[in-house]
This record gives sequence, structure tokens and C-alpha cells, in this order.
Amino acid sequence: MANKRYLAGPYLFWSVSFVIIPLLVVVYYAFTTDEGSFTFANLAEITTPENLKALGIALLLSLISTAVCVLMAYPLAMILSARNMNQSSFIVLIFILPMWMNFLLRTMAWQTLLEKTGVINGILGFLHLPALEIINTPYAIILGMVYNFLPFMVLPIYNVLVKIDKDVLNAARDLGANPWQTFLKITLPLSVPGVVSGITMVFVPSLTTFVISDLLGGGKILLIGNVIEQSFKQNSNWHVGSGLSLVLMLFIIASMALVVKYDNGEETSAF
Amino acid sequence: MSNKLIDLMNITKSYGTQTVLDDLNLYIRENEFLTLLGPSGCGKTTTLRILGGFENPDSGKVIFDGKDITQLPPNKRQLNTVFQKYALFNHMTIEENIAFGLKIKKKSKQYIYDKIRYALKLVNLDGYEKRMPDSLSGGQQQRIAIARAIVNEPKVLLLDEPLGALDLKMRQDMQYELIRLKNELGITFIYVTHDQEEALTMSDTIVVMNQGYIQQIGTPESIYNEPENAFVADFIGESNILSGMMLQDRLVKILGVPFPCVDEGFGQNVPVDVVIRPEDIDLLKPGEGSIDGVVTHLIFKGVHYEMEVLANDYEWLVHSTDMFPVGTHVSIHVDPFDIQIMKKPESEDEEAVNLGE
Repeated sequence: MANKRYLAGPYLFWSVSFVIIPLLVVVYYAFTTDEGSFTFANLAEITTPENLKALGIALLLSLISTAVCVLMAYPLAMILSARNMNQSSFIVLIFILPMWMNFLLRTMAWQTLLEKTGVINGILGFLHLPALEIINTPYAIILGMVYNFLPFMVLPIYNVLVKIDKDVLNAARDLGANPWQTFLKITLPLSVPGVVSGITMVFVPSLTTFVISDLLGGGKILLIGNVIEQSFKQNSNWHVGSGLSLVLMLFIIASMALVVKYDNGEETSAF
Repeated sequence: MSNKLIDLMNITKSYGTQTVLDDLNLYIRENEFLTLLGPSGCGKTTTLRILGGFENPDSGKVIFDGKDITQLPPNKRQLNTVFQKYALFNHMTIEENIAFGLKIKKKSKQYIYDKIRYALKLVNLDGYEKRMPDSLSGGQQQRIAIARAIVNEPKVLLLDEPLGALDLKMRQDMQYELIRLKNELGITFIYVTHDQEEALTMSDTIVVMNQGYIQQIGTPESIYNEPENAFVADFIGESNILSGMMLQDRLVKILGVPFPCVDEGFGQNVPVDVVIRPEDIDLLKPGEGSIDGVVTHLIFKGVHYEMEVLANDYEWLVHSTDMFPVGTHVSIHVDPFDIQIMKKPESEDEEAVNLGE
């Protein structure tokens, strides 16, 4: 037993050097001025109208993206889980195949596709259809978020759904429930943990992204991620950047706590 | 125990190229405890799932109470199922589990409350209303699964190897429990198992199945004492199955020795299969019985000793409360009515029953 603890050594070293220490550095920067004196001013930066707006838009877009992902992923996961093993693993493979490509590359590909003179508009023009003008709009950002993060929603939901014993569903049918009632009373409640982890895995990266909004929003739509990026890179103000990062982090922790609490509440009431 | 309640007519079912049920015909009477018994893959569970509505037969009809229910979905059928691994709803309390079917049927609160109390009392689990399924033992979960099914007052309860996951002691207790339940409820039980002892203990009627065919239908006594073929004889209990020759009525030649028996009508010099139960063999002093032999194995089994006796190049399995040490010279004697004669399989269908395994 005691020996096994040493196996955690490499990870411990890793997380101390590259997670905990950097986090402390961020905290240090967040609470200090250029002169090194203590301040709350960096955290308070979030209350400027521009930053609040960026946070608001980021929240809105990532919530919409998460919702779209749930709505798309759940039916897909249901279809997959109903199939036999060979078929479904093939479909899952197709689904996660884009993930083997670089994230940046995928997003840039969408940029090319959506551009005013891009591939999609080329085809639409050829067919004499009105051009699609969504590049540099919030819609393009949502599209990018959904495209990039959808697999992270499908997999956890699929995982809980395949683990539901088919006889449990049969039992519900046997007791008089029609397919819809069986879904609402059995499948849905049993799949909540998967949906919750899917939401976490889509909502968090969507809320913090700056690449997607950069490439598909054309720099016109600033998300909180872009603001933080700019304060580090353009303004070289690490203190404000750290302050905003910390606020965002607290925001994520709070929203996750909310989701988990709701999830637990669901379980304790149902259990 | 009179009226036909369910009639399975010419049921055929295949998965891919594998035929699981081939032209199965079976009827089930009201108030019957009928057991489908057979080795895994014999089609017994498929038969039950067709009755429950979870599978559709490729061809054939399911008649329930005079109506064709072949295409009816499970929720429209007047029967309930107890699944092998309980299949309780783990996100609901025991109370909610039992109430599930009644809530769907929009019964009144008072009615549901009374039913839950009644069902829990029936399965001896009073006071478990607020517990979660996870916190119950396997046997308790199985009883909840039964309670959940019977509150819906089905005409037929389907049980798919419900005791399979329980330990021996619990299984025996539950067997008596099920018989009691069946008598109190006065409904039909259709029970699937591969455990012959379970089948013999509980059933009014046993249907022995193998490879998609019904091998024999009968009471436990007739299945055990008068197996119709070698498969049934081998599957139900232990037995000595030998090739023999029916010399004439009431006389069969086994291992070159004529044995008097009670069977008639096979004709003269017809090859037959002969079944002799190990407990029906008497061991006498050498020369006093039909065939002399020597004890080669001896195992103490608790209730009896199990011995193997080598006689005329055949290892006879013998159960006796008397002990004969290895090496003892004995003589084998079998009373005429303890010799069961069976036709040799003829057709290809019947070949399925051959002791291939």
C-alpha cells in the first residue's frame, strides 16, 4: 500500500509545478499593482461596462451552445446506445474523428467555409441562393463552439445510456408505460449524471474560449476570454488579466457548484 | 386449472441464421404454475419474452384469453414480468418502484397506498417503503420486483430465472415463498429456469425444452419418472442412460443381459434407450442380481453415498444409503418398474435431443 503512493509522484510533481504554482502566481498578480502593493482594483475591473458586456455575451453564447449541444447530443446518444456494439462504436468513431484534427485548424476551416467569398457561399451562389452572412456574428461563434465541443457532450451521455439495463426499460414498459413515459420517468432521470458532466465539459471551454470568437467573430465580438487575452498580450497588463481570470474562475466554480448541487438534489429526491 | 388462458401457436423465431424457436406450440391453463426448463440457449427465455411482448415472433400467434395479442406492445398486455436481475428502478424508492405501474394507470392515492402496504406484506418486507433498492439484499430486491409486478393484478406473472442470482439457501426459501404467493394470488405463473430441482419443486407442469423444441410436457412426477427421451432423462436428475434392445414385451436386453421391465408395445428386437435412475439400483451380493460388478468410486454426498460400479464395461451410477467400499464385488439389481424404456430418436428434429453435449 505504502509503495503505491509513490506512483502518484510524477503527477504530484506535475500538478505542483504546472498547476498549483502558476495558480498562486495568478492569484499574486491579481491582488497586486505594478508597484507590488495589495489591491482589489484588478478584480474590480470586471465591473467596467465593456468587461461586463464581454462576460455577459460569453455567458449567453456558451449557454446557448451548451443547450444546442444537449439537444443534438441526447438523441444521437440514444440512437447510438440502442444499436449493437459494432455499429455504435463505428458511429462514435465517425463522431470523434474531427477531434483527431487540431482544434485551431478545425476552427480556421470553418472560417474558410463561412467567409463572404468562402466555400459555402460559393456553392450557394452557384445555386443562385442568397448568400449566408454569418461570419463575424455571434451565430458563427455559436456554430464554432457547438462544432468543437459537441463530442464532449455526446460521449458522457452515451456512456450513461449504454449502462442502463435494457430490462429496466422493459420493466417500465411491462408495468404499463408507453415509450414516451418510459423515457421521461426512467431513461431521462438515469442519464442526468451524463448530461451534467457533458454540460461541464462544454460550458467551461465555451465560456473561456478566445480562439473561436477571434477567428469566427472577426475580433468584433469580444468575449471575456478575448478581454483576458488582450490584457496579457496587447496591454501587457498581467495584473488586470490575472484579476479577470480569477473572477472568471470563481464564476465557473460557482456555476459548476450550482449544476452539481442541482444534480445531487435530483438524486437525493429521487433516491 | 381448466381453461386455456394462453395459446402459443406455431411460434418461430430466429436471430440471424440461428433458429431459436421452431414451430413451437404450447398452451397454458388458468392458475397453472408452468415452468419452461432447459439448458441455456434452448429458447425458454425467448418464449417468455415473446409472451411479455419484448420480442415479436417471426411467425405464429400468441392467443391470450381468446384474443390475438401477438402484435400488442408490452404496456398493453395483461401480464407482468419479474426479470432475472430484478430490473428495479434504482433512482426511486421501494414505494415509488411498486407504485410505478399504478401511477401510470392513474389509480387514486389511497388505492396506491393500500396496494403498496398489501404487496410489501405479501413479500414480507413491511416497512421498506422509503428504502432505496441499492440498500437491499439480492433476495429482498427480487421480492420487491415481484411486489412491483403483482400490484398490477396481472392474470399471468412471467418469471425469468428470478432466483438465478441468489445463493442456495435463499433460493430454497424463495421457492417456498413463490409457491405460497402463487396460491394466495390465484394467478398463473410462467417460470423460466435451467435448474431442474427448482422446476420439480414448484411446478404444476414442466415444459422441457432443448434447441428450440419442446422435448416433453408433463407433471414433475411424469417428467422425472417417465422421461420421453434421453435428453429429458439426462437433464432431469442424474441417470444411467444405456442403449438397449427390446427383445419382446416386458423384456429388454441391456449390456447383453436380459432385464424384465413393464413396457409394452415397442415390438420385437427394437433398439431403444434405457434410463435407470441411480437411486433405483439395488446392490446385492455377487451372483444375486442381474449383472456382477465391482465398486470403483465412492463419494459421500450427505443424504446418500454416490458410487460407480463397473459391470459389463459400463460405469453404473448408483445412489444408496448403504456404503460399499471401493473394490467390493457387488451385483446390480433393478426392479422392472424402475426401468424406463424410450424410443431411439428417428427424425432430424428429434436428433436435436441427442446427447451431443
